[in-house]
Order: sequence, then structure tokens, then C-alpha cells
Amino acid sequence: MALLSVEDLEVRFFTRRATIHAVNGISFDLDAGETLGVVGESGCGKSVSSLAMLGILPKTGRITRGEVRFGDRDLVKLKDADLREIRGRDIGMVFQDPMTSLNPVLKVGDQVTEVLRKHLDMDKDGARREAVAVLDRVGIPHASERVYDYPHQFSGGMRQRVMIAMAIACRPKILIADEPTTALDVTIQAQILDLLKGLVKEEGMGLILITHDLGVVAGICERTHVMYAGRFVETAPTNELFDRPRHPYTLGLLRSVPRLDASQKEKLIPIPGAPPDLSILREGCSFAPRCPYATDESRERTPMLEGIDGPMHRVACWNPVPDAEVATVASSSLEASGS
Amino acid sequence: MLKYIVRRLILTVPILLGLSILVFLFVRALPGGPAIALLGERATQESVEQIEEELGLDRPLPVQYLSYLRNILSGDLGSSVSTRRPIVDELKQRFPATFELAAMAMLFAVAAGIPLGYVAAKRYQGVLDNVSLVASLIGISFPVFFLALLMKYVFAVKLGWLPTVGRIDVTRSLEHPTGFYLLDAIIAGDGEAFVDVLEHLIMPAIALGTIPLAIVARITRAAVLDVLGEDYVRTAKAKGLDPSVVDRRHVLRNAMLPVVTVIGLQTGLLLTGAVLTETVFSFPGLGSWILNAIRFRDYAVIQGGILFFAGMFIVVNLLVDISYAFLNPRIRYR
Repeated sequence: MALLSVEDLEVRFFTRRATIHAVNGISFDLDAGETLGVVGESGCGKSVSSLAMLGILPKTGRITRGEVRFGDRDLVKLKDADLREIRGRDIGMVFQDPMTSLNPVLKVGDQVTEVLRKHLDMDKDGARREAVAVLDRVGIPHASERVYDYPHQFSGGMRQRVMIAMAIACRPKILIADEPTTALDVTIQAQILDLLKGLVKEEGMGLILITHDLGVVAGICERTHVMYAGRFVETAPTNELFDRPRHPYTLGLLRSVPRLDASQKEKLIPIPGAPPDLSILREGCSFAPRCPYATDESRERTPMLEGIDGPMHRVACWNPVPDAEVATVASSSLEASGS
Repeated sequence: MLKYIVRRLILTVPILLGLSILVFLFVRALPGGPAIALLGERATQESVEQIEEELGLDRPLPVQYLSYLRNILSGDLGSSVSTRRPIVDELKQRFPATFELAAMAMLFAVAAGIPLGYVAAKRYQGVLDNVSLVASLIGISFPVFFLALLMKYVFAVKLGWLPTVGRIDVTRSLEHPTGFYLLDAIIAGDGEAFVDVLEHLIMPAIALGTIPLAIVARITRAAVLDVLGEDYVRTAKAKGLDPSVVDRRHVLRNAMLPVVTVIGLQTGLLLTGAVLTETVFSFPGLGSWILNAIRFRDYAVIQGGILFFAGMFIVVNLLVDISYAFLNPRIRYR
């Protein structure tokens, strides 16, 4: 049985002006020790789905359909008090911007100990020792002294390590990392990804890595879901996705990754148009207006994820990109952006 | 931290010096000069010169200033012309009254303002939020003296619940070792006197505290709303902390930073507001004292009083800065 099983999750935001269809029925399983990538551009609903799973959506957001099965419980139906027992203990979360995600007026040690004391019933001294151990584990030098420092005394990369320490302090079964490297320098990005990779391996945690950066998933994730306008449009083992992207959107993403080895004359191929307005829910594939392969069927009926090239590779498209066209472009992109 | 406090303390020295120069020049810049003020418009040239010589006013200004400074430093602010009492003695008697009043007013403003602002922010755009916004607008725009008169009319004259004037019932005998009547009542172990003093404080404190209350409530609301949207609040929720812990440790602690600044500034301003409130309630504090001094052209009192007010303002600001440094680790070592 999967560790976490999301079934047809739908999230909407109800504002005075409009209803935003942020997430429109996504399903996936996460096994223990598995690393899962969710890729998509800003506003496609990837962060919202993770907040929804933990029940910490902003006030206007609500889960309107679906299940999030964790063990024998459905997190969607749990009372907030029960959900709080799971948050931070069984499911840890790392956010994008370490500069703003830590409380500026609390000592770093206190921010780690509070999660230990809440979930593991530790006393003050025990929690302090454990906090030092966790901070040491995520690679913070002189952790026993630095617990008394405030976030502003840490660099960006070190702060993200603190965030990770808080998220893994209770040894959760699942770690959700939402754009964990986006706000960091490239060299620091690699360090943080290595750290995550190592932790997942040692602890056997399931990792959900949310990012817009294809290079990040290439280096770390076994499976990748591509998200567009609140839906998964393609899901495949990461290598296969990069080698043979079948959804025109995935192909577009790969083609728009800049490459150092490209010749001067070679230009990036951007995806034309802009993502759809999520306050209007239309029938048909939401990528159709930007898609060179779109047919009348694409515009009229919404495609479902279906197996293509075997059961592991699924795509939601009426008219997938032909194999021949894919091969040349995509594989070189992987080398440039990945590993 | 200690270094920061010491540095701030040293910084107040030039401010106080500059202040003393201003007050010194202010009195000497008045038309007619202190001698005329003392003797009246129709004084003869001779007597004016005699007084000026007596007071040392014929000497060069820098020399006068230095001797004035020496007097201040030795704790001598001169004497009141109308009562002939040393100004320092008057200050000792009246400062506790104003302090008690200002403290009660601020206590009222903070104890009511912070919860109100907090609740309004949590119910953002709800009924309670809108009601408190309108109420605080009314509170800010209401003239202090009018509110004071209105309360006096309703609660003292019509209902007879509260006393109208003074700090304590005139028939009550209470020793005043400290001058802080509430404290004196506690020292004497006199419960009735304590209640009596408190009753005398209620209306003046509410009148004086209404504007700060409204301001504190609005700033708290804005600050809490601001902090609620911060990423670290989301982080705290993601850790599974109880809502009360999230609010206390993460929301309020950060929201208090701007509120503390405003409380400090308002405490300074209360001293000016006290002039009106103390007059309406015949409260024998610094405010009514200075008002009388202006009425009787008692320049020595005005001079001493202004210096004292300004000094208080500096002390309050210093306290605010220090408490701010305690609350906000980011400025501690700068």
C-alpha cells in the first residue's frame, strides 16, 4: 500500500470577485523512500496542492473534492486538531524562501525545539539536545552554539538547512519540499539538493519535490508529474519523461530550458501565449490554446491521464507528440539541465 | 545589550544639553525679559537693573548659561514666583500625580487596545472589525476635554457614581511618603483609601487614554494583519503547532514591534494631553500646574516644567528603544 495516496483532489479559492479553480482533480501515490517531482510554471497549482494536503490553505481556499489517504485516514476529513498531530510529525514541509519562512524574533534553536516539544513530548533539555543533533545533521557548523542565534545571523543556504532541520526533526515519513532551492545561489542549490537526497535515502522518507526547475527534478526525482492549470498532464519515470516527453506542454518546457552547450545561433523556443485564467473552467484541454498539436477534440473534451508507452508513462492528451519528433530535442535538454 | 543601553544613555547627554540651551534662550527671548516679568510692566529702570544684577542677568549670556546649568545639575530649578516654593519641591509633589494618571491611562489604552486590535484583525472584514474601526475613528477624533466634560456630567453629576475633582476625598487623611497615592494607600494598608484614589483616577484616565486606545487598537490590527500573511506563520502552522501557540509566539511577538513604538510615542504625548484632562478634573498634576504658571506668567515654573517634560519625553523614548531592542533581535548589536 502506498504511504500517501491522493485521489482526485480539487481545490478552489472563493473570493468576492471570482472562484479560482486552482487544483482540478489530481491523483498520485507516494511510496516510502520514493522521490516524486511535481513540475509546472508559477500558478499552476503545485504549491496549493501541497498546502491543501496539510490543511493549511489560506482562508479563502477550500478542498472541494477528493481524498488524501495517509495510512488508514483521510486527511481531508480529519478535524484540525487531529491534522495538527500529523503536520510536522508525520509530514514535514520545507518552503521556498528561507529568508521569510523563519520567525525573525525567535532563536533558531527555539524554532526547532518547539516542533519537538509539541510532537515528541520532550522536556526542555532533551529537546535542546535533539535540536543540536538535527542541526548538526543538516550540516550547520557549531550547531551547539548556533542554536542561540537568530535567523538574520545565518546565510540563505544555512537558513534553508534550518528549515529542513525543522521539517525532519520528528523524523517524518513524508517530506514535502516546495521550491526548496529557488531562492538560493546555484552552488548552494546543489548542496541543498544533495542534503535532501541524502536524508531521503538514510531515513527512507517519501519526498515530494515541487519545483519549476527541470534541472532539479532531473537530479533527484524518480518519478515526475508535470502540472498545468491545476491538472497533471503527464507523468512518467523522470528519465523517460526527459527522453520522450509526449505531452506538447512537457516538450515545450524542455525546449525552453537554456543550455550552455547550445550554439550562438540556436534560439530558445518559448511556449507561445500565457497560462489560462483559472477563474473560468472550460471544457477541453486547458493547454489547447497554446498547443501546436491541438485538434477540435482537444478544444471540446478534457483529456484524462492514460497510459502510453507502457503503464508507467501516462499522458493527458488527445494528440500526443509523435515519437520521432521528440527524440532529438529532448535528450540533449536532459544533459544540459540535469544531473 | 548592555553596550547598546550605555550607548543610548550617552546619546541622551547632548540631547539634554541642547534642550537646556533652548529652554534657557526661550525665557530670555521673551519680550520684557525676566525682570519685567517679575516686577510688572510699570517697573522703573532702576529696579529692573537692580533685579537683573541680583539675578546675574547683566552678565554675558554664556556665563549666565553656565551658572544656570550648574544650578540644574545641583538640582536647583529656582523658585516659583507666585508660591515662592522651590520648583523642585513642586515637581516632587505633582509628578507622582501625573505619573499615576498617565500610567492608568496607558494601562487602559493598552489593556483594551491590543485585544481589540487583535480580535479585529482575526475577524478581518467581519462585523466586529468594522465596528471597531468606526469606534476607533470616533475615539481618535473626539476632543479630550469634551469627552472629559461629558463623562463628568454623566457619571459624576447625573449618576453620582464617581467623584468629580481631585486625587482623593478631601476629608480622608492619608500619609504621603511617596506621593504616589495608590502606593501610599498600599503602604498604609488602607483599602478604602486605595479604592477612593482609584475612583478619582477612573474618569481622568479614561478621558486621557481614549485617543491612545484608539491608536493602539488600529496599529495592533494593522500589525497583526500584516504578520498573519507572513511566510513564517505558515511555517508555524506547517509544524502542527496549536493555534494559540502560533498566535502567541509567532504572530503577536512580531506584531508587537510597531505597537511598542506607538505606545512609547503616545506615552510621551499623554503628558501634553494631561494639561486638558487635569484642568477639567482639577487634578493636581504637572498639567494643571503648568497651565496655571502660564496664566500667572510664572516663568521660572514654565522653564522648569518644560525642561522636566522634555526630560520625561527623552526617558520614555529611551525606554521604548531599549524594549524594542529586547523584542527585536535584529537591531540589538547594530
